[in-house]
Amino acid sequence: MNRSTTILLNLVLVGCLGLFLWWAEGNLDGYKIQILNLIAVNIILALSLNLIYGFTGMFSLGHAGFMAIGAYVCSILIMTPEQKVTLFILQEALPWVQNSHAPFLVAVIAGGAVAALFGLVIGAPLLRLGDDYLGIATLGFAEIVRVIANNIPRVTNGALGFKGIPDHANLWWNYGWCLLTLYFVIRILNSNTGNVFKAIRDDETAAKAMGIDVFRIKLLSFTFGAFFAGVGGALLASLLTTIDPKMFLFTLTFNVLMIVVTGGLGSITGSILAGTGITVMLEWLRFVENPVTIGDWTLPGIPGMRMVVFSLVLILVILFRREGIMGMREIHWGTVARFMKGGKA
Amino acid sequence: MSMILETKGLTMRFGGLVAVSDFSASIPQGSITGLIGPNGAGKTTCFNMVTGFYKPTEGQVFFEGKELTGMSPHQVCRAGIARTFQNIRLFGNETAIENVMIGSFVRQRTGWIQSVLMTPMSLREEREIRDRSMDLLDVVGLAGIAQEKANSLPYGAQRRLEIARALATRPRFLLLDEPAAGMNPQESLELMDFIRTIRTRFDLTILLIEHDMKVVMGVCEHMWVLDYGVTIAEGGPEAIQSNPKVIEAYLGEEYVKYA
Repeated sequence: MNRSTTILLNLVLVGCLGLFLWWAEGNLDGYKIQILNLIAVNIILALSLNLIYGFTGMFSLGHAGFMAIGAYVCSILIMTPEQKVTLFILQEALPWVQNSHAPFLVAVIAGGAVAALFGLVIGAPLLRLGDDYLGIATLGFAEIVRVIANNIPRVTNGALGFKGIPDHANLWWNYGWCLLTLYFVIRILNSNTGNVFKAIRDDETAAKAMGIDVFRIKLLSFTFGAFFAGVGGALLASLLTTIDPKMFLFTLTFNVLMIVVTGGLGSITGSILAGTGITVMLEWLRFVENPVTIGDWTLPGIPGMRMVVFSLVLILVILFRREGIMGMREIHWGTVARFMKGGKA
Repeated sequence: MSMILETKGLTMRFGGLVAVSDFSASIPQGSITGLIGPNGAGKTTCFNMVTGFYKPTEGQVFFEGKELTGMSPHQVCRAGIARTFQNIRLFGNETAIENVMIGSFVRQRTGWIQSVLMTPMSLREEREIRDRSMDLLDVVGLAGIAQEKANSLPYGAQRRLEIARALATRPRFLLLDEPAAGMNPQESLELMDFIRTIRTRFDLTILLIEHDMKVVMGVCEHMWVLDYGVTIAEGGPEAIQSNPKVIEAYLGEEYVKYA
């Protein structure tokens, strides 16, 4: 499979996606479009965590923190000053919060950039920790972000959060960012820098002996991940039009982690498949939270039942298919071609 | 002859244990030298001190006249020293060629920004790295299995891949930690030829740790013998073989007395 064929096929695929989105926009109801939007955002989030955890081997649980930063920065920037006057009812917003305003594209980039900056700053001390300790420390970071967001009402409007955030994040923006993330992640991972990420995951000592500045490369990967987590958070804020600190609890990180682990740590295709599948399932499984009537026996609806089902699914995945759907494998055009020829995929 | 590597009084203490004491060696440019001694004599500790994995308690390391003491491993590698490990440490989930490409990273000029933007310079350099890595695999005789995952390779191939990966960092000084471990006599013989070949081809100076005496005596021009962290002898193969202290260290006092 040569280079130009691959590029052509990729363009065709992107074209098909475009056509599908165009069709979806005109023919699907708001609920289904919302699910499509969530798929794109979840794929962005999964790819960013997979870059950190799956490809560079850093066990990070700080995703909700980066998402919160991206969401707040973006929301502050896209809401109009008038809107902010009516919104900040507890305390008046700080002047720079009150007066800053930017177009959506700039706001999303800013959200990602500020998250990346935080990634850089907290990564510098934290990435010296290994494995589980890093997980605990990043989890702590995410909680700190949430608590701070709760306690600086002049910036974040405290526990009330933001309402009526302009809903700029339509299918085109979300899938545009999703494709951009995908392009970036694929380019990085297919380059020698990506090989080095994986080298650190496989054997840090050997990587050092090969002249790799392990700490610098880890920080690079962590900052990338933080940037796209911030972007994901920013899109999510505009998509849901309302955010508050409670939204960025650990369960949010858990959702992303679940997608990454189910898809396969170290597989881009896995993140895409699981991102799509799990987002759809999360909605579809809402029926388990409704009251169930079998004969004359009625089970009252239990809110949160979906998460119980998902936890079970995750346990089953860990027990029976620890490497996830894809393991570290990828589906690319070469695999597809072999499959079409009837050979082993 | 100029010295490429000089160590002066290297000492490594772990708490009360003196793993290596006062190790001083001068290694001539372009030579093949050996570091031998019974198990636990402190050979690998010496390697770790030279390559920056351990910070010596006392003493200094000079490479090409510049002091390396206290540098981190990646800086030592950048300076031109590469190593292999006693227990093979490959990047197991990566293919053979990717392993070698990772070795090239330290000399790569284009960075991630250029990779993302696909600048011509970066694409060209990545292609060069791939070609050069393929050549290196060819040198160690692994060109045919370039696309195999490293941890699926047979033991001997893994050893050779580790050497190819070390060569990819463009070293001037190569440290091999037990390259013949687990090899049969025929393979050891080939290894000796191979070590001499890469020395000439890549203009290297080689220091190796080895237990296989046939290999050490066959390939090394000069060697140091450690026992309990102390340098008990140094010299050429003949001098070492007839040195009573060395015989005693390897075979025991009793053996020497009754031999």
